[in-house]
Amino acid sequence: MKFFEDIGVGEISDIGRHTFTAEDIKAFATRFDPQPFHLDEALAARSQFGRLCASGWHTACVWMRLLIDFHRREDEGRRARGEAVAQLGPSPGFRDLKWLKPVYVGDTISYATEVVETRPDWGMISVRNTGVNQHGEPVMSFISSVLVECREPEARRP
Amino acid sequence: MPRLHWEDFTPGQIAECGSRLITRAEIIAFAAEYDPQPMHLDEAAARANLFGGLIASGWHSCCILMRMLSDDFIGHASFMGAPGVEEVNWLAPIRPGERIKARATVLETRASRSRPDVGFVKFRFELVNATDQPVMTLIVSPMFGRRAPDSARGRGPKAASER
Repeated sequence: MKFFEDIGVGEISDIGRHTFTAEDIKAFATRFDPQPFHLDEALAARSQFGRLCASGWHTACVWMRLLIDFHRREDEGRRARGEAVAQLGPSPGFRDLKWLKPVYVGDTISYATEVVETRPDWGMISVRNTGVNQHGEPVMSFISSVLVECREPEARRP
Repeated sequence: MPRLHWEDFTPGQIAECGSRLITRAEIIAFAAEYDPQPMHLDEAAARANLFGGLIASGWHSCCILMRMLSDDFIGHASFMGAPGVEEVNWLAPIRPGERIKARATVLETRASRSRPDVGFVKFRFELVNATDQPVMTLIVSPMFGRRAPDSARGRGPKAASER
């Protein structure tokens, strides 16, 4: 992770892609979101979605995993260059999560994050997180906040 | 037949939606798959963090709530999913061995303007710990099927203009 001071509004990162399989979708839904349209092809065909589709929580959890993997790759690069690595802190939550289109079996979702706000008083950033399918259609969007380690915490104090 | 429809929800209703013991094993299993950060994965590494020990991923908390609600009432309601989630606040950590409860408050209900057989119910859901402290709040407006579609809506130019 970059240090807080090095992060600017408007920065966009492509964090990775994931293809959702039927097994994947059903396994997640069985554990956490056992609705017929996430579990069974025939029942999904009769639902408003028309086909088996992923739980929206599944789409969001894959974002989380890809973000962690992205930061890990970036941090490896920083360490290889002899640069310091900042710690990612906890998140107070998120807002405006929209599941814009269903994620169907076989869909490949590309995830990105964009910095929309930085709060020097808290060392907190807000990012807009998006997922887009292989047809270029947005399927998910939300805004989350997270604390990021500051390079010079003393300097922030008044 | 689903037992609960849109008409069964009234603003101000509060309901308990089950309780659950959160295990170390499930916290680590979820984190390994979806949120592999030390504070969710490794007891020793977690001791050095802000919370002083292993805590559940916030996304895991969302998934646990979804499962508790599914088992409690969504599984036998005319539930049609939600177009999104207005807000989620992670207020306090969930630690291994904690028993949490889910609580639902109906904030408002409104009929769909485009589909006479569907209505939205806006909820505030809370996960609370054993001392009744909220650890997470979530505001969401899922869709439910209507028992008696508003037939007036299907007639006349006003209904047509609403679509």
